[in-house]
Amino acid sequence: MSAGTTTGINRRSFLKTGVAGATGLVIGFYLPGRFEALAAPVATVPPASLNAWMLISTTDAVTIVIDKSEMGQGILTALCMIAAEELDCNWKNIRTEFAPAAKEYFNPAFGMQGTGGSSSVRSSWDPMRKAGAAARDMLLQAAATQWNVDKSTCRTENGVIYHDASKRKVTYGGVASAASKLPVPQDVPLKDPKQYRIIGKPTKRLDTPDKVDGRAQFGIDVRQPAMLYAMVARCPVFGGKVASFDATKAKAVPGVKTVVEISRGIAVVADNTWAAMQGRRALDVKWDEGPNANASSESISALFADQMTKTGAEARKEGDAASALTGAAQKIEAVYEVPYLAHATMEPINCTADVRADRVDVWAPTQFQTMAQGMAAKICGLKPENAFIHTTYLGGGFGRKAGTDFVMEAVETSKAIGKPVKVTWSREDDTQHDYYRPASYAKFAAGIGADGWPVAWTTRIACSSIMEAWFPGSTKNNLDPTSVEGVANLPYSIPNIQVDYVRTEPGIPVGFWRSVGASQNGFFSECFMDELAAAGKKDPYEFRRRLLDKAPRLHGVLELAAQKAGWDKPLPAGRYRGIAVLEAFQSFAAQVVEISVDRKARSLKVHRVVCAVDLGRVVNPANVVMQSESAIVYGLSSALYGAITISHGRVEQTNFNTYPVLRIDAMPTIETYIVPSEEKPTGAGELAVPPLVPALCNAIFAATGKRIRRLPIRAEDLA
Amino acid sequence: MAIQLIVNGKAQSVDVPANMPLLWVLRDTLGMTGTKFGCGMALCGACTVHIDGEATRSCITPVSSVAGKKITTIEGLSPDRSHPVQRAWIEVDVPQCGYCQSGQIMSAASLLAQNPKPSDSEIDEAMKGNICRCGTYQRIREAVHRAAALHKASATPSRFDGEDAKEDAFNEQAVEVGGAA
Repeated sequence: MSAGTTTGINRRSFLKTGVAGATGLVIGFYLPGRFEALAAPVATVPPASLNAWMLISTTDAVTIVIDKSEMGQGILTALCMIAAEELDCNWKNIRTEFAPAAKEYFNPAFGMQGTGGSSSVRSSWDPMRKAGAAARDMLLQAAATQWNVDKSTCRTENGVIYHDASKRKVTYGGVASAASKLPVPQDVPLKDPKQYRIIGKPTKRLDTPDKVDGRAQFGIDVRQPAMLYAMVARCPVFGGKVASFDATKAKAVPGVKTVVEISRGIAVVADNTWAAMQGRRALDVKWDEGPNANASSESISALFADQMTKTGAEARKEGDAASALTGAAQKIEAVYEVPYLAHATMEPINCTADVRADRVDVWAPTQFQTMAQGMAAKICGLKPENAFIHTTYLGGGFGRKAGTDFVMEAVETSKAIGKPVKVTWSREDDTQHDYYRPASYAKFAAGIGADGWPVAWTTRIACSSIMEAWFPGSTKNNLDPTSVEGVANLPYSIPNIQVDYVRTEPGIPVGFWRSVGASQNGFFSECFMDELAAAGKKDPYEFRRRLLDKAPRLHGVLELAAQKAGWDKPLPAGRYRGIAVLEAFQSFAAQVVEISVDRKARSLKVHRVVCAVDLGRVVNPANVVMQSESAIVYGLSSALYGAITISHGRVEQTNFNTYPVLRIDAMPTIETYIVPSEEKPTGAGELAVPPLVPALCNAIFAATGKRIRRLPIRAEDLA
Repeated sequence: MAIQLIVNGKAQSVDVPANMPLLWVLRDTLGMTGTKFGCGMALCGACTVHIDGEATRSCITPVSSVAGKKITTIEGLSPDRSHPVQRAWIEVDVPQCGYCQSGQIMSAASLLAQNPKPSDSEIDEAMKGNICRCGTYQRIREAVHRAAALHKASATPSRFDGEDAKEDAFNEQAVEVGGAA
């Protein structure tokens, strides 16, 4: 990977543009900074740009421009695989650069440049293949013209163009410059998937080597000439602000340069991070705590409970659930509840900014370049095109780094001091000033017929709206789809279903947390399903399987997981298991979790998780397995430990001692199985989070006979 | 005041407060950003370096306490990713986001220097101070075993004899490499 990953692209201009209709191809997309970074060590001739994503140097280096944020999910490698398949370049010659913020890189899933919602492979699949095919066609044409032969008599193989009849050959680098001057061809035929030699093959990550020797540049590693370091003091109560402050003691700390007030608090600026930390500790601030100073987890839970008597926005209505409930042989009711959760990315939040009169440069581990660009431009009174976003590697994202709060802090601080500055958050800042997975409260009722099968299902959910917090006015009829996903799309054949949502705003900032609404609603719905199976005296697997008769892909993953887990075979003494199946982000996953419980010690051990996934055609099976493992661990952390609690309007947890996450000594064995599919590819990053928690809690029920209806799991739940 | 450090075999003089944690001296003063900040309280292991071969959390280690000692960071583990742990990490494709991996690798290298063939539970015990939010733990276990095998295959028998036993390749490579930054 080029060392210019974070610094190469400072300014862009178009030599020649030829936007080719729906393909979005741009010819001559000229990026001077990148050229310098790439060309300097090897050649004086800059690499030729064939489109917005592909540059080829005279020495055959193929640079793929990565327009999604790499935060561990493996997208950098996947995008290169998709591009290389159609471009037919030599895999060993691939380099990567992160894209600047530009319209060419908008993600159609969001209408802006950004990474989230497991949308990356899904949204890049067509554009990247088309770009690769068109670029290959241009290279072929350039070679054919040079040889004065027909293009159809030439072929490519591994980055070399051959004219077999005359035994001539030329590498891509040899004709790249000529190719870049050709018009972009339209509708170049794409490969038949049967010919794929890269897509679908387990492939090692391209970013691994740089991640084993400290070379990978994360946002927090950015260093700019004359850069200063800042820590920001923020009001501990959400919605509060600075009443007054005295910087005398902070400025007396050796290394502290200055103290400035910004929108989100007070920035203490120093010549290193440590001095900034000491300075912030010495700072005297009086906070105006605002209207949320009395909020507590208990008051928030009570607020949610009060909402259960209201009728919410209708998320799903089929049949007449109320009547069916009344007439049912058995009625089951349950209340489920989950707390707020922090993301706890390993890389603490940070951002570096350099504000000048005519431009602003931002180096950030951001998931949303367009939003970062808009924020930086607005603060500086500049046009967005004069705000340059340099995306670094992200040390974890999970939705947290979609925010622009850290961009705002760095840009405002740089603007105030007239120097480049890196704002670094402490772990405590990160835990206490997150955009949390919403706390949520849900009331369920179901009717079961005399035959043990369900006839009615109702759910009412109360929680904050993420979409209204981030994109005000974006929801219709007060219904936020992210608040109900995982319940509203209940896939089971139950004749009467009703789901509604009561938007409730306790004043705690909320955001997108890996798998979003499905993270809590999957727990709710799949545990309640287990309750229905038990009430109807059915096997939890058979119960689901039969009711998934209209959901073939869920049916498929459920059967595969059960088969691989040996659901039909007895477990060793002391072992118990639970099962769950869910759709998330147009993908499908089922899991079987195997545990043992020491009821005397009130402790739990998770031994094994079997996961089956169906995400359409798979680009990199090796990465799907990694993401499954990753998502399962993320879900397991939330089930066993995850709780952000509020007292006096502030978060009680601070660091990994009070907000624990899974460590290696609690790691189960994870097995992942992929359903072969030729459906359009979807995304792997979040899919395996939602089934883990309900499968685990259903296993605990199997072991103890007790239902877990609130998280995290407590010692007393295991007694 | 000037403090004399030996970082990856190279003498460095830094003029910083005596109580400044080594982590920030490495990252901000010396510009060696491979060692990561994660928690500031020795809770996550992202900042792990070797002090005289011992895995140490640099975020709570005052710089004055390591003056004159051999400090090895991820940049100095090998000049070319050839340390058995780095090779194993690449073979097994351990990293995802990669942020915690410098610390994971330094902890694993220290473990293997002391215990060339650790069991799963010994790996868990030695590595449980290192958090990975991407959940790469299963691969870390596998890669530590792989590194042990790679090391055994490459080491000359004399390295495991007598006095040399503790000064094996895991440590040797680390201290012989020149400074990187």
